[in-house]
This record gives sequence, structure tokens and C-alpha cells, in this order.
Amino acid sequence: MDPERVNSRVWTVRRRSRAGAVAGLVVRRVVLAVPVLLLVSLAVFLLAAASPFDPIHQYYGVRIFDASAADVASVREQLDLDRPVLARFWDWLSGILSGDLGMSRSMRAPVADVLARRLPWTLLLACCGLALAVVFSLVIGTVAAWRQGGWTDRLITAVGHALEGIPPFVVALLAIALFSLGLGWLPVAGLTDAGSSLGPAQVIEHLVLPAAVLGISQSPWLVLHVRQSLLTAFTEDHVTGARARGVRERVVVARHALPTALLPFVTLIGARIPELVTGAVLVEEVFSWPGVASAVVTAARAADYPLLAILTLLATAAVLLGSLLADVAAVLLDPRVSADG
Amino acid sequence: MVELESDSATAGPPRPWRSAARARAGAVRGAAGAVRARLRLVTAVTALGALVLAALSVPALSAAPGTVDYQAIRLPPSPAHPFGTDTSGRDLFVRSLAGLRVSLLVAAVSTVVSTVLGTAVGALSGASGGWVDRLLMRVVDAVNAVPHLLLGIVIVALYRGTVLAVVLSIGLTHWATVARVVRSEVLGLRDRPYVDAAVSAGAGRWWVLRNHLLPAIVPQAALSAVLLVPHAVFHETALSFLGLGLPPHLASIGNILSDGREGVLLGAWWIVAFPAGLLVATTLSVSGIAAAWRDRTIPTRRSELTL
Repeated sequence: MDPERVNSRVWTVRRRSRAGAVAGLVVRRVVLAVPVLLLVSLAVFLLAAASPFDPIHQYYGVRIFDASAADVASVREQLDLDRPVLARFWDWLSGILSGDLGMSRSMRAPVADVLARRLPWTLLLACCGLALAVVFSLVIGTVAAWRQGGWTDRLITAVGHALEGIPPFVVALLAIALFSLGLGWLPVAGLTDAGSSLGPAQVIEHLVLPAAVLGISQSPWLVLHVRQSLLTAFTEDHVTGARARGVRERVVVARHALPTALLPFVTLIGARIPELVTGAVLVEEVFSWPGVASAVVTAARAADYPLLAILTLLATAAVLLGSLLADVAAVLLDPRVSADG
Repeated sequence: MVELESDSATAGPPRPWRSAARARAGAVRGAAGAVRARLRLVTAVTALGALVLAALSVPALSAAPGTVDYQAIRLPPSPAHPFGTDTSGRDLFVRSLAGLRVSLLVAAVSTVVSTVLGTAVGALSGASGGWVDRLLMRVVDAVNAVPHLLLGIVIVALYRGTVLAVVLSIGLTHWATVARVVRSEVLGLRDRPYVDAAVSAGAGRWWVLRNHLLPAIVPQAALSAVLLVPHAVFHETALSFLGLGLPPHLASIGNILSDGREGVLLGAWWIVAFPAGLLVATTLSVSGIAAAWRDRTIPTRRSELTL
């Protein structure tokens, strides 16, 4: 590129304020999210319509064999199962836009109630797990990179690679075997002990193990990434310069190398939200945590479309939101990143 | 003058476009790193070979695989039962290896499904451009935005209880990554002189796609396929563990672990630990081989970064 054009480009970038750029990014992403969310929910409905499984059987259970044909037909009409899929999709969509999320057949309650009851617990678990994973991997990754090649580093790298291959539910089961049954430190599952009332102390006691398992099972990728980008940062000129000036090692690592290594880390966290959702489904199921993620499994077993569609949509929205937040953070943290695209 | 493609494609010394810092970070490895990488590859290949061989031969050779024996439930590991027995008194060593065979088979078939689908969509998207490309890429975005396990659960829930459902649910959720890799490869190939030459000689779009583009993207697609295998194994086990996957009577690692759940609560940790160990060993050796292969064919990307 000729210098003239480079100059003018630099000027346009500078002239636009950072806040304006971020606002533009947010608007663009939200606009792009609408067709994606529509496509996903339509796909869920089409898949459901193409399924050979008839939800009326789930509703009746074995009693379907005794029910009269007229009875079944009237229930079918009541449950809105007798109309073409596109009409049902349209009803569902307009219902959502007007705030009516429909009825969940498997929970026998309005979907909105199910969400209101369960979503806070999932958010609590996921936020604690993510926070734990981030703090843990920053500390461990930094230690590994700092002691590159030493036994600490080799141990951390080896354990990290091994953990990448272990599914979260295995980690969860082994943690239960060790900490709940072997050592008896923490409760096995649930939100409260049997018979006790819901209180902060109870919840924290029951939250420790699921959140730790979720955090640990998410962290190997983050740890290895922090380590790798710190290693790259250590070889860069500004770090060599700081070392040459006699800056203390701790300051070099924390103030000179880490900031450059953190930027891709923020993006990686955003990109790993799908895995966090996956982990939450498995961890909630193992620990009988009363969140939305374990409701996915219940809804799936019962072919409960209204709940399943909303939960899929929520998860998709969470993924899109995660990558948006990561990109916004990247723009705000690093003046070199442009907010285009 | 046109260079021969095969020459520029093979791995040589580090590519000049690697940044100076990256090159220095890589240089630390040097000769010792090369030896270690080679050792790791050999270990991975040997381990995978041994596992596959055991999974194929042990269940076939053992006298009565999957015999239920209620007098021998939840026995800890012993010389007679190296992995112990499960809650129905079945020998876990034989059952785990049989499960590994099922899990690997399901994973391999689903990988083939998603690779074929991904390659087709990616090649079509990259080769046609225009609105087809934009539309397909939006679909890819949508598929990528849904957490894979969740979409898999939706698909399995609706076509429940069959092996086909599990294969489809894994195959239909993982093609998007392959599609994106293949598309960018095709985009890079489209402007090569030999494609221009073919087009100016009067070749049609499909002819170019079949004869020039597809052969060139096969290595990339195969690599993505190998990288997908551990992921597919994970999804099969997760679905079966949730009780949504393979039929419960079929020994698969996920089903065994799902049974092991109640065993763990009764103190029988070995029902989870040994099958999970087999699973981890398999996953690690496959991804080790894939990482070595990637380092060899695509030297700019280091194996320690994520996919």
C-alpha cells in the first residue's frame, strides 16, 4: 500500500471514537444474530416435524393403549399437535415476540416459569465455573511459562493435555468418588441436603464441587493457551528490553509480558462458550443441579419441543453474546484492534 | 513462469511469513524437539495400534463376553478380572474393550459422514462464490453457534434409540468446521494459474471442481477428519452417558460409564476409572497422531494451540 493511503486510513481510524466503533460492532452483531437465531429455531421445528416419534405417546405413556381415538384426537388438538409445522412455528414465534413462551409438556408448567425457576441456578454455576477456570488458568499458565522446560512446566503441560481428553462427566464422577464418598468433605449432589431449607450456606456447600469440576474441565485449553502466548511474549523485543533494563522478573512477567498475552486469551474465552454450555449440561446432570442445562436432557427424553426450542435458542444466544463480549473487550483493551467486521 | 505445485506444497524450512518472534519461539525446540516429537508420534501410533487390536481381538476371543453373574457383582480389580466387574457382574476388561470397539466404530462412521458433508458444502461454497457462498456460510455460522452437544441432543431425542440417530447427531453437527477449512482452501486454490489455465481452455465449473480442486483439498479434509475422531468419541460417550445415545444393552464406553454412575455412589470407582482410562488413552493417541501430522503438513501452526 502506498504511504498516502496508509496515512488516510490511520486518520479515519483515529477520527472515529472507540465508543462509536464499539457501538457499531454491537449493532452489526445483533443484526446478524437475528437470522441465525431464526434459522436455528426453524431447524429445531423442522427436525421435530420430521421425527418418527409422536409426542402424544410421551404425554399418555402406557395409557395410550386404553385411550379412545376421539380422546387422543382431542388431546392432540389441545396440545396443538395437529397442525402443519410451519403454522406451529409461526404461532410459536409470534408467541415469543408477545412474551408467551408456551407450555412445557415434560415439566407440566409454562416454559417461562421453568426458565425463571432454573435459569438463575445455571447462571450461578456457569459464572462460578468460568471465573474459576479463568483465574486458575491464568495462574497455572503463567507458572508453567515462567518455568518453561522445568518439571513444573512438564507436569502442567502433561496434565493439561490429558485433561483435554477426559470428558467432564468422568471428572465429575471421579470427584464425587474422591471428595464426597472417599473423604466425605462435600455433598454428592443436589442443591440442599434432604430436608434442609434453601440458604446461602447450603447452596455454597453444594456449589463447590460442581463449579470446581466445570472450571477444571474447561481450563486445560485456557492453561495451554496462556502458557503458549506467554512463551511467545517472552521472546518479544519489549520484554527483552525490560529485562535488559534490569526490571524485576515479577514485574516483567506481570506488567510487560502478560498484557500482550492476554488479548488472544479474551477472544479464546469468548470462543469457548459452546464448550461451557456442553460442560454445564453434563455437570448439572451428574450433580442433579436444578438448572436449565439438565432440563435440556429431561426435555429431550420427552420430546418436549417448546422447552427444547427455547433452551436451544438460549444457548445459541449465549454463544453469540459470548463472542460479541469477547470482541468488544478486545477492541476496548487493545487500541490496535479495529472494530470492523 | 509457473512453478510446479507439488514443489511449493511440500514442507521445507520454516516459512518466511512466520513472524520473527514466532520463529524464535519455535527455534527453542530445535533438534531435541524434533526427536521428542518423533518419539511422541511413535508412542501415539503404538498405543492406538495396541488399543484397536485389543478392542478387536479380546471380546472376540474371550469365552463368554458380557455374561451376567450376580455372584460376582462389583468385584474390585484382581488377576481374574483385571478391571474388576460391574454392577451386573460382567467382566469390565472385556466389556470395556467391546465398548471401545463400538465407540470407535460409531465415531469413525460419524466422522466420515461429517467430513463428506463438510467437504461437499465447503467445496461448493468456495467454488461458486456469490450468493450461494454467502447463504452456505450463514448456515455454517448458525450450526457453529449452537453448542454441538445440545444440537446433538435435539437430533437424538427426535430419532431416539438407534445407532443411526447417534451417527446422524454427531455427523450433522460437526461438518461446519470441515466446511470452513475446505472453503478457505478452495478459495486459495481458485486463483492458481493451473485453474486459470483450465478455465481458459474451456473447462466447466464442475470439471474444474472435480479434477483440480477436490484432489488438492483431500489432505486438508483428511486431517480435519482425524482431528474430529476424538471429538466424535466424546460426543458418543456423552450422549450415551445422558441416556440418550446408543441402546443400553449395547456395550459402549458411554453406556458403561452411565452404568458406572450408580457404581461410584456405592464405592466402586473402578467401573468409571478403567473404561474412562481406555477412552482417554484412545483420544490422546488419536490427537497425538493428528497433531504430528498437522505439524508436518502445515508447519506454521503449532500443535499446542487449539483447533
